[in-house]
Amino acid sequence: MNIHEYQGKEILRQYGVAVPNGKVAFSPEEAVKVAKELNTAVTVVKAQIHAGGRGKAGGVKIAKNLEEVRTYAKELLGKILVTHQTGPEGKEVKRLYIEEGSDIQKEYYLSLVLDRATSRVTMMGSEEGGMDIEEVAETNPEKIFKEVVDPVVGLTGFQARRMAFNMNIPANLVNKAVKLMLGLYQAFVDKDASIVEINPLVVTGQGDVMALDAKFNFDANALYRHKDIVELRDFDEEDAKEIEASKYDLSYISLDGNIGCMVNGAGLAMATMDTISYYGGSPANFLDVGGGATAEKVTEAFKIILSDPNVKGIFVNIFGGIMKCDVIAEGVVTAAKEVGLAVPLVVRLEGTNVDLGKEILNTSGLDIVAADSMADGAQKIVGLVG
Amino acid sequence: MAVFINKDTKVIVQGITGGTALFHTKQMLEYGTKIVAGVTPGKGGLEVEGVPVFNTVSEAVAATGATASVIYVPAPFAADAILEAVDAELELAICITEHIPVLDMVKVKRYMEGKKTRLVGPNCPGVITSDECKIGIMPGYIHTKGHVGVVSRSGTLTYEAVHQLTQAGIGQSTAVGIGGDPVNGTNFIDVLEAFNNDPETYAVVMIGEIGGTAEEEAAAWIQANMTKPVVGFIGGQTAPPGKRMGHAGAIISGGKGTAAEKIKAMNAAGIEVAATPSVIGETLIKVIKEKGLYEQCKTH
Repeated sequence: MNIHEYQGKEILRQYGVAVPNGKVAFSPEEAVKVAKELNTAVTVVKAQIHAGGRGKAGGVKIAKNLEEVRTYAKELLGKILVTHQTGPEGKEVKRLYIEEGSDIQKEYYLSLVLDRATSRVTMMGSEEGGMDIEEVAETNPEKIFKEVVDPVVGLTGFQARRMAFNMNIPANLVNKAVKLMLGLYQAFVDKDASIVEINPLVVTGQGDVMALDAKFNFDANALYRHKDIVELRDFDEEDAKEIEASKYDLSYISLDGNIGCMVNGAGLAMATMDTISYYGGSPANFLDVGGGATAEKVTEAFKIILSDPNVKGIFVNIFGGIMKCDVIAEGVVTAAKEVGLAVPLVVRLEGTNVDLGKEILNTSGLDIVAADSMADGAQKIVGLVG
Repeated sequence: MAVFINKDTKVIVQGITGGTALFHTKQMLEYGTKIVAGVTPGKGGLEVEGVPVFNTVSEAVAATGATASVIYVPAPFAADAILEAVDAELELAICITEHIPVLDMVKVKRYMEGKKTRLVGPNCPGVITSDECKIGIMPGYIHTKGHVGVVSRSGTLTYEAVHQLTQAGIGQSTAVGIGGDPVNGTNFIDVLEAFNNDPETYAVVMIGEIGGTAEEEAAAWIQANMTKPVVGFIGGQTAPPGKRMGHAGAIISGGKGTAAEKIKAMNAAGIEVAATPSVIGETLIKVIKEKGLYEQCKTH
C-alpha cells in the first residue's frame, strides 16, 4: 500500500526525522491559508499523487507570494499529471502539499528496503541525490553505499555514521544525519514498511539535515496490525475494481485486454495470462482467488470480472490444492445466475474435489464450455472471443 | 529414497484443529503420510482424525519422535509457529501459510542461523515423495512414483507440471514447492543439490517466476555443479512491468528479475525452457530422450 508524501512526512515527524513545515490543502483557498500560516519567503506547492517524477512533470511549483500560491494551486488541482510512473493516462491531482521553501545546499539519496538476497532490511545512501538514482546505480554503482541491518540489534549507530561519512555529509552535520537515519529505520520496522525512500535528503544553509520528499510503501500482509496506516489509504489513487476485489481478499489487477481470467495461485494466474497471449488473445485482468476462498468470494470475483465492459469472454482455470473445485464451481454458478451470463465461459477444473466440481457445472443448466487443459481452455476462449 | 521426506517420516501438524488443517490432515493420512501428532495451544489431550493433540511442539516431539512438521497456523501467528518448530529441533518444518508479514520472516531467518531445521516455504504447497509421504496441500492423485524431481516457486504451477508428467507416463521422485515469498527458507539451489545427490532422481523440472534473482543464481549453480538434465519454465512472461501480481515476490523493478532475463540465464546454463506452461512435460520428455534417460524415467 502506498501513501502520499504529506502523510509520509507526518510519520517521519513522529520519529524525530527533520522535515520542512507544511500542510495538506484540498482547495486554492486552503492552500493560501496554509501558506499564510507558514509565513515564509518562498512556499512550495506540491501535487500529491502516488507516483514519482512529479517535479519533471510540472507538479512542483515555487511560489514567492500568496497570489502565486493561489495561481499554482488553481493550476495544479484537477490537472492530469503524467510522469514516467503514472502510465500514459496520468493521474488527477486532488490534493496539494503546501510546504515552506528550503535553502538547499546539497541533495543526497537515502532509502530503506527489504533485500531478498540477504533476507534483511538494507539502507542505501548516495551523495548523488535529487536525480534519477536508478541511472546512478547503473552507471556509477560505487557511488551507492549499503548497510545491511541485523534484525536483532536494528540499525546501529556505527552503521549510520559510516553511511553518513560515505555519503560525504559535512562532518559537523553527521550527528544530525545519524539521528535522521535511526529515526527512519525505527519508522520502517514499527510500521512494517517495505520501502522508505528519501530523495532528496538535503543539507540546508541553516545547517539542517532534512527529508525533502518521502515515499512509503507498506507490506500489505502486515496492515492488519496497523490501523493508523490503513486509514491513510486514498481510494482515488486506486482502480475501482481493484478496491472492490481487495474487500474480498482477492488479488486483482486490471489489464487492457478482453478475456477475463479467474485462476487460483499467482503463478498459475500469470501462466494463464502467458498462455492466452501465446494463442493470440489478450487478458483483461490478473485475478488470483487465493487458497482459502469461499463460494461467496468466488461469486464476487466473477461479478468484478463481468463489471469490466471490455470483457468479451471468461476463462476459469483452476488447479485445486488448498482450493477445492466444488467451491469454485458453486461460486461460478451462483454468480452467473445472479448477474446473467452474456459472454462465453470456458472452465478448466483439475485437482482437489474435481469430480464434485464438474458435476455442479454439468447440472447447472448454464452454457459452459469445458476444457481438458490450460492450453485447451486458452485456445477455446481465444476462438470464442474472436 | 527421494529427497527430504519418505515413507518413514513422522509428521506433526501445527494448528491441526483449524478447518483447513483438518481437511488436509485427513487427505495426508489417506495418502499414507505418518501423521503422529497435532499441536494446538489449549487443545492438548484431544484427538482429531485419530491423531493425538498436544499444547506445544516440544511435547509432541518428546511423545512421538516426530522429525518433521507442517504449519497451517494463521498468518499473524505463523512466524511464531516456525520458531517453535526450530526450537524443538525438528529436521524439517514446512509452512503452508500465506500472507505472513515479511519483517516477521526476516526475524525467523535470523533466528534459524546455525540451527538444524530446514524450513520449506512459507506460502508454499509443501513437499511430496510420490506414493510415500505427502506433507502439504497438493492433490495426491496427480502424482505417480518415478524419477523426475520437481521444484517450483508456484504451488499451482507445480500441480500443472506434475499432472503433465503423470499423463505422459513419467513419474516423479519428489516435488518441492519452495513458495513465492521474498523471504523464505529452502531455495532452488538447496533443492537442486538434494536432487543431484539423490540416486532415485534422474532429471529435474524447475519452475520459476518473475521477481528476484533466485532463478539466475540457480542457473549458475546448475551450470557449475548439476550432473542431471534440468528443464525449466518461468511464469509471468506477459506481466506488465511494475504491476504487483499477488505474490510479494513477483515484482519487477528496474529491469531486474524479468522473465526474459531469467530465460536468458537459464538457456545460457544449458537449461531448456518451455515456451508455455502447457509444454513443460513435453519439453522434459524431449530432453530426457536426447540424454537417453526416457526408458528409465517411464512409469511402467
